[in-house]
Amino acid sequence: MNILTVKNICKKFNNLEVLRGIDLEVNKGEVIAIIGPSGSGKSTLLRCLIRLETIDKGSVAIEGKPMVYQDSNGDSIYSSEKDIRILRKKMGMVFQNFNLFPHKSVLENIIEAPITVSNTPLIEAENIADQLLEKVGLADKRDSYPCELSGGQKQRVAIARALAMNPDIMLFDEPTSALDPELTGEVLKVMKALAEEHMTMLVVTHEMGFAREVANKVIFMDNGEIIEQGNPQEVFGNPKHPRTKAFLGQILR
Amino acid sequence: MELEYIINSSIAIAKGCKITYSLFFSTLIFSLPLGLLIALARISKSNLLQAATGTYIWLLRGTPLLLQVFFIYFGLPAFGIKFESMTAAIVAFVLNYAAYFAEIFRSGIQSIDRGQYESADVLGLTYSQTMRRIIVPQMTKRILPPVSNEVITLVKDTALVFGIGLADVLRTAQIIVTRDFNISAFLIAGVFYLVNTLALTLIFRKLEQKYSYYTG
Repeated sequence: MNILTVKNICKKFNNLEVLRGIDLEVNKGEVIAIIGPSGSGKSTLLRCLIRLETIDKGSVAIEGKPMVYQDSNGDSIYSSEKDIRILRKKMGMVFQNFNLFPHKSVLENIIEAPITVSNTPLIEAENIADQLLEKVGLADKRDSYPCELSGGQKQRVAIARALAMNPDIMLFDEPTSALDPELTGEVLKVMKALAEEHMTMLVVTHEMGFAREVANKVIFMDNGEIIEQGNPQEVFGNPKHPRTKAFLGQILR
Repeated sequence: MELEYIINSSIAIAKGCKITYSLFFSTLIFSLPLGLLIALARISKSNLLQAATGTYIWLLRGTPLLLQVFFIYFGLPAFGIKFESMTAAIVAFVLNYAAYFAEIFRSGIQSIDRGQYESADVLGLTYSQTMRRIIVPQMTKRILPPVSNEVITLVKDTALVFGIGLADVLRTAQIIVTRDFNISAFLIAGVFYLVNTLALTLIFRKLEQKYSYYTG
């Protein structure tokens, strides 16, 4: 089942074209790794999907409902704020820099959105939070503050926080890039477990091992375009485009 | 100096405390929330609000507080607006301190990382929820030192109301000094200000400790 449909997204920052006509279809339960050199537009693409950036052209639809569509002049028209809120609720996002709320404890970080946004009763929100903390292996950090956690622990809390809103799609924007190498493993393990539960995931990453092992589909982006996509065996084992070959040659050296 | 004289002078000066304290607390109670509103308008997307608050801050920070007190007390009656001297002083102080607090709040709000807004946004919090629950609580921790500075300045600025004939602590002391040709009343007034600023320093130190449970 098609859960996310992206057509011809174009995005400019001033005069710099960061996305030049991206098409993408995501099926329910798919894990898609988006790889490519820095500045290729991977993160911007992810941010456009959840409207942290607005697009200039193209359309984004979630479960068949348009968040932004293209009118007959080719301009992108966003749906009403109310409709967008409903659609965005279906997505969760994890950032490179965690962006935990430093003044709130781990538990408070996780229950913040369920309580304020979904009006979940406190006890129920806490129960969900405790289950999620168990899942990411941080039940003992429930009452700690973010400043007391390691990077890997912070990112696992951030994942739990996003999951607490029960999203259908999880977006990961370089979730391990700010971590010390020895801490990436614990975060990737949590992500892998999520993938095994058939969570739909879009992961912008430099972790080729993760992309190869966990993703159903790998997308290689360069210069604002999707250059090549396919299953990991194809893209890693037998890249067709010279730019993909060059990139993989550099990174897997 | 006789002890009795000092005690009697102190009692007289203590009567001036009423003016000084009511001006101090009234200014704080009204100028802090007003300052926050001005700061929020200053960083809003509306050009009109930005320009209006920018001008307001420029005018209120750009002229002497005493001049503003004079303007409200002596100037506004010409436009048919008349205040009691104490009310005039409170209005002038509130408007003036709100401008300074607004700039402190603005800098505090703008020092919060953009990622905080983004993570609140993707979790579905509205702008006002984000401000109330995420940004302003973090801002409060960061602005305590400059706010403490401003509040200590306020204690001493209250003495400016002698300009419109209000008998605050300093004015009462001055009356005693001129009457008795003895400057000990000034010393008593000085001690009054020192004790109060010391108390404020300690209160703000406690507040900073209260917020030290997290970093970042």
